[in-house]
Amino acid sequence: MTDGQFGLFGTDPWWLVIGKAVAIFGLLVLLTLFTIWWERRVVSRMQNRIGPNRVGPQGLLQSLMDGFKLALKEEVIPKAAHLGVYWIAPVISATAAFIAFAVIPFGPTVSVLGVETPLQLTDFPVSVLYVLAIASIGVYGLVLAGWSSGSTYPLLGGLRSTAQVISYEIAMGLSFVAVFIYAGSMSTSEIVVAQQPIWFAVILLPSFLIYVTSMVGETNRAPFDLPEAEGELVGGFHTEYSSLKFALFFLAEYINMVTVSALATTLFLGGYLAPWPLSLWEGANSGWLPVVWWLIKVQLFIFVFIWLRGTLPRLRYDQFMKFGWKVLIPAALVWVVIVSIARLFRNDVALSNTELLFIGAVIIATLLGGSWLLSARANRKEQRRLDAEAENARRVNEVLTGAATGHPVPPLPGQRFEYTPRRATVTTAEVSSSQAIDADAQEDPHG
Amino acid sequence: MNGGAVGTGEAIVFWVSGTLAVIGALGMVISRKAVHSALFIALTMINLAILYVANSAPFLGMVQIIVYTGAVMMLFLFVLMVVGVDSSDSLIETIKGQRVAAFLLGVGFSILLIAGIGNGLMETSSTGLDAANAAQGGNVEGLAALMFGPYLIAFEVTAALLITAAMGAMILTHRERWMPKRTQRELSQERFASGAHPGQLPAPGVYARHNAVDTPALLPDGSTSDISVPEPLRVRDDIREVDPAEIDEVRQLSADSSGEDDGR
Repeated sequence: MTDGQFGLFGTDPWWLVIGKAVAIFGLLVLLTLFTIWWERRVVSRMQNRIGPNRVGPQGLLQSLMDGFKLALKEEVIPKAAHLGVYWIAPVISATAAFIAFAVIPFGPTVSVLGVETPLQLTDFPVSVLYVLAIASIGVYGLVLAGWSSGSTYPLLGGLRSTAQVISYEIAMGLSFVAVFIYAGSMSTSEIVVAQQPIWFAVILLPSFLIYVTSMVGETNRAPFDLPEAEGELVGGFHTEYSSLKFALFFLAEYINMVTVSALATTLFLGGYLAPWPLSLWEGANSGWLPVVWWLIKVQLFIFVFIWLRGTLPRLRYDQFMKFGWKVLIPAALVWVVIVSIARLFRNDVALSNTELLFIGAVIIATLLGGSWLLSARANRKEQRRLDAEAENARRVNEVLTGAATGHPVPPLPGQRFEYTPRRATVTTAEVSSSQAIDADAQEDPHG
Repeated sequence: MNGGAVGTGEAIVFWVSGTLAVIGALGMVISRKAVHSALFIALTMINLAILYVANSAPFLGMVQIIVYTGAVMMLFLFVLMVVGVDSSDSLIETIKGQRVAAFLLGVGFSILLIAGIGNGLMETSSTGLDAANAAQGGNVEGLAALMFGPYLIAFEVTAALLITAAMGAMILTHRERWMPKRTQRELSQERFASGAHPGQLPAPGVYARHNAVDTPALLPDGSTSDISVPEPLRVRDDIREVDPAEIDEVRQLSADSSGEDDGR
């Protein structure tokens, strides 16, 4: 372990460790209740409604009451469910959501009952990777829920969430790289301290944007909530879950929202550090006060989540995947390369003007070559489209013959259906004088 | 590392995680359902990761979970689910003496492995973890220095190999489109340019008496709508007839309800 920050971690007495764990658990449950209420109120406001305002002041106790009601509902377990896996899936989901929070710093070192301790359960040299690892375990909950329900829609929802989270985790991981390079560490507390003069959201803006996009995809929230798209998959992976098991999934979703928001705060918005004008005041970054800054920043991200949900329609699945793989990941890779090169130049390389000119020439040549290749490709694509259109035009009014002899197959573009009568429309009145109808039907089968 | 002194905490972690890892490995071999096997091996991987972390290799432990549990096993599960939800192994031997051969090969491989590693460890003197970590300023830094220093070529070659494999898989599954895909914009423009009704086709409707595909929708004015029947049926005149009595009833019903609306 490196020295410095880690000195205070792992030295807490046992009662303090338990106390911190319970405090984090309580905070997360409270934040979940609050977030559900907050989301419903804000979305209502955005849709010209009022939202829950009956239970408690401003309806604040609404989500608590809903939670009680949900827990007391009847539990329906499908006959086709694989019981063991069906039972453990929500447990995995909720557990993973809670334990990811162990490495999030809430504040600097404070004194609790005479013991100096950092406001963070634990920290170690790779704690950001720990959050990623726990997130990938949490996905098992969704996938297994989809599989073990023994039903089609949950299975499809489970598959979608797998594909989605794996795809967006790559972009997310890549957006961390620049932060690691600049902070010189992968530990959350050291990353916060490294943002002392200026936040990483400012100097590493592309990383920040990529992270914010992928965190919405990672938490299955609108507009990326394809695993639970109501219009397509009923409820997605949790369609067959009810009562307390469903409540666990619900809890996990909201805690995950808080977790990714907290991680974004830690990595890009200076964690518990005071925002700029306040940071000029010496006392803003010590004692218990920074917890307030931390909470405000996390709530800011949660508001963004709600805002997105109230504003954007859900993406189509192929558009979503294309965006992840063809836009986010390449952009993240290019940005990592740029950051590494910039760091290298700043740290160890002293260049002469000739060398700089040469490098510039290479970059310009690459860009020119790339744009030429792109335009050639676009031309080819256009040519293919024209060819296909010509082909379709040729096929216009060509009769589809398949239906006459066998199964009615759909027509190719441009083809039209051949008229193949299978049953003449015969009414009861006409049956009596069948002779006359027969002659009629042969002439005009339409009847 | 120093003299084999193991703390109580570490001993507990070892016995719990070690037991779970072995249970996972056995379960993976024994269970009949492919998905259960995959879950057991995920359990083994997670417990191995915990053991790595307990042995002061936090980076290795986390990467183990992210890469193997999170990505590789997840893709395995993905494939298993796509292939068949209830696929399970058959226990019939397709090749005679398969099990005996597999057992012997397994034993032979373990002997080779143990002998090889044991032999290698005999000749290597251990520096100690603290000294190794101190050389580069930390465990992660030490790993990085090794990977991007002496082992750079091996690292890059492995990466190239993996990318080649991924490209190969993509090429093998690639299908050439026989015409360019039309975009959503083009499709919607076509839909409106044709002048046809751009919305959904009528459903059987509120007054429907049947929901078979060949039953036309009943419109409130008492007529039937032929376009509510799928085209392949329609062109063959396979449209079911609707009893005139039902049509009358519908006309009556809709007249009643519109009357009520007017009264309000």
